[in-house]
Amino acid sequence: MDSQHEGTAPASPPQTSRSETTLRVNGKPHTLTVDHRRVLLDLLREDLGLAGAKKGCDHGQCGACTVLVDGRRVNSCLLFAVALDGCEITTVEGLAGDGEELHPMQRAFLERDAFQCGYCTPGQICSAIGVLAEAAAGHPSHVTDPAAPSGEPVPLVREEIRERLSGNICRCGAYPRIADAVEDVIP
Amino acid sequence: MTGTETVLGAPVERREGQEKVTGTARYAAEYDSPGRAQAWPVPAAVARGRVTGVDPAPALAMPGVLAVLTHENAPRLGKPDDPTLALLQSPHVPHRGWFVGLVVAETLEAARAGAAAVRVTYEAEGHDVTLTAAHPEAYVPESANGGFPAVTEHGDPEGAFASSATRVDVEYRVPPLHNHPMEPHTSTAQWDGDRLTVHSSSQGTSAVRTELARMFEMPEDRITVLAEHVGGGFGSKGTPRPEVVLAAMAARETGRPVTVALPRRYLPAVVGHRAPTRHRLRLGADAGGRLTSLTHEVTTHTSRVKEFVEQAAVPARVMYAAPALRTAHRVVRLDVPTPSWMRAPGECPGMYALESAVDELATELGMDPVELRIRNEPETEPDSGKPFSSRHLVECLREGARRFGWEGRDPRPRSRAAGPLLIGSGVAAATYPVLVSPCAASARALPDGGFLVRVNATDIGTGARTVCAQVAADALGVPLDRVRIEVADSDIGFAPMAGGSSGTASWGWAVHEACVRLTGRLAEHAGPLPDEGIAADADTSGTADAESSYARHAFGAHFAEVTVDTVTGEVRVTRLLGVFAAGRILNARTARSQFVGGMTMGLGMALTEDSTVDPAFGDFAESDLASYHVPAHADVAAVEAHWVDEEDAHLNPMGSKGIGEIGIVGSAAAVGNAVHHATGIRFRELPLTPDRVLTGLLEHEHPAGMLGT
Repeated sequence: MDSQHEGTAPASPPQTSRSETTLRVNGKPHTLTVDHRRVLLDLLREDLGLAGAKKGCDHGQCGACTVLVDGRRVNSCLLFAVALDGCEITTVEGLAGDGEELHPMQRAFLERDAFQCGYCTPGQICSAIGVLAEAAAGHPSHVTDPAAPSGEPVPLVREEIRERLSGNICRCGAYPRIADAVEDVIP
Repeated sequence: MTGTETVLGAPVERREGQEKVTGTARYAAEYDSPGRAQAWPVPAAVARGRVTGVDPAPALAMPGVLAVLTHENAPRLGKPDDPTLALLQSPHVPHRGWFVGLVVAETLEAARAGAAAVRVTYEAEGHDVTLTAAHPEAYVPESANGGFPAVTEHGDPEGAFASSATRVDVEYRVPPLHNHPMEPHTSTAQWDGDRLTVHSSSQGTSAVRTELARMFEMPEDRITVLAEHVGGGFGSKGTPRPEVVLAAMAARETGRPVTVALPRRYLPAVVGHRAPTRHRLRLGADAGGRLTSLTHEVTTHTSRVKEFVEQAAVPARVMYAAPALRTAHRVVRLDVPTPSWMRAPGECPGMYALESAVDELATELGMDPVELRIRNEPETEPDSGKPFSSRHLVECLREGARRFGWEGRDPRPRSRAAGPLLIGSGVAAATYPVLVSPCAASARALPDGGFLVRVNATDIGTGARTVCAQVAADALGVPLDRVRIEVADSDIGFAPMAGGSSGTASWGWAVHEACVRLTGRLAEHAGPLPDEGIAADADTSGTADAESSYARHAFGAHFAEVTVDTVTGEVRVTRLLGVFAAGRILNARTARSQFVGGMTMGLGMALTEDSTVDPAFGDFAESDLASYHVPAHADVAAVEAHWVDEEDAHLNPMGSKGIGEIGIVGSAAAVGNAVHHATGIRFRELPLTPDRVLTGLLEHEHPAGMLGT
């Protein structure tokens, strides 16, 4: 076998395109000139110094980058920042209310020892907060009883919590403690 | 909180917990500074061969690209201790995914686009990446990982096996497995004149500093390596990995601080993996269930870059009393990525195979598998003849059986069902050696009544800084909140890595000694403390690493309950219960998390984690988290860990054994044995994915050739 392999190269170097974009992050407006290739995760981490959202895979496979966009949980590594003009972003740094040291979910994670290395933790916490809102709004999951009335709040039994948080991987294996923590916060 | 009875063992909250839940804990990529650049590696696109040409021009023409480093222009480095770190030093490509270039740029986007634009041409050579049990190039290495002899033999295993009343002769397979810590391997390097500072996602900063000093040919005292927070490692960050060398190199070449954060899908090829293992086990027993012969032979692979031999036959030297005992390793050098440590190297795959075979023997004998193990308890360590410093495997088995509700279990396979689900339960034992290394530490009493303890421990999620503070408070006899602790900085002093389940024992021993010395000095001191306080140092060289006349191991037992869906072939673990005897447990809270975490990784090994070396392309087909399935929340229903109290005076001043790895050892076997109990089918290759299980179920219900009739 004596073949040649070549990496593909574009015919000419692309010019970087940028646009002015305004995001509200943790309640504060930020106007930035954003490289169109920049994803929300990198904008938070690199441009705003909000490194709480983590990069575990950069491909939407691990959930470590989970933040809330207009109240809904998203993988911030999959969203182009330039497409989020005008959106309200909440990161782990912005969860605690005024004068509060910790959000109840953060406190529950701490009390339950629901993490080890801590790298997935901000994503787990943001995701869990998103789960509470989704269940309250009646969003079903894969394990929700199909006969459950549509639009009614879904009780977050243990199986629901586990199913709904399955997009957030924890390699340290803190899952049982995370589910405990979320149970503690269920209203 | 004072005194031994409360602070050591107490379920103390993690000291860094607040930072982790608020997102303020900083990991290696998160140390920004003016002018910091980002770098993206270029992986080799052939399985074996050499680079014949590199055209960096298209990349360099891109906005934001600062430099393209390849073997043609990268600085010549000193010879590393670990040959996998000889990066960009030659055109040779030892395996696909080996880094052949690095693009440094102003932004992540520019670095990534630049890396894609570098044109590399290769001359490819024929490659062989396929491990087979009968590979003609398999050889017996001088030793296996950990320095263990490759082969041991006692008595006449062949003869004893041949004349045994009951025999099991089986083969098991474990595929390559990947550590995949949540934080990919990352380093940020900065040169300040001739001084180098590196924030590295590493399990131990001392080893990183030593290797960088060797490669950059400079004294160690001009290098500082920091690892304040590390997003997991599981062995794959035990020693420096390519990214730290690349970051230091790129920072020096560009005069900028540089971060190299490896993309997830590059990890399997360059940070080490658990090598695939093929096991042949021959167990002979007399009519009473006593082992007469035990042979465990392992064949595995390594790369052409360096020899790493997964010591999977080693636990058979520890576990059971067999008058005839043979353990042996063979290895094949292939054109594959270099294997390395993954949580409990050796013990993890070895005990999967051994404990599965012991379960088969129990079935052959018609004996309860718990009782069979108890019947074969050795009085001394089978291989060495040394007495055990402590061994409470039997207690773990009995306590686990009690908690699990093992008694009254119908041993017949396929004896329980619920609708389309078959239900089964299984047991397996666990073991992991007690390892400990020398370490330096210091303790200082401060005029404000506080104490500052410094030890270069690394907290990869174990709770190291918390437990070291507990050790200090205990030795000083002061409340825990008066102890401040600094860790994870190579300038503190030498320390072993967080690995081999030895971190707490090693760091804690040095902390204990420094604090005991400080207590002595304080007792001699009259009057108020001077402004700088009073300090004491410790270095446990010569004591911590002294040869022990005892065989020192932790033991444990796992009990698993599974359901097997006869329609889909899906196996689900409904309960996984572990009981461990690991000396004194120093922090009940963080210890439980570690045990459960190890068991969960074992659950993944049993059911979901699978990697394959692509024979044509030469790399791992499952290179990201979408294809390599680590357990997710939905996979982990009920995992619980318990322990038995164990007093052992032959360990370290705290009386602890390591706990970071034993949780994964044997857990996959317990699950596999439960699947056999559920289905009556013995699956001997992991993982137990639906395709494999369903195929087995269909063959069982419909013997070969009868499908569809």
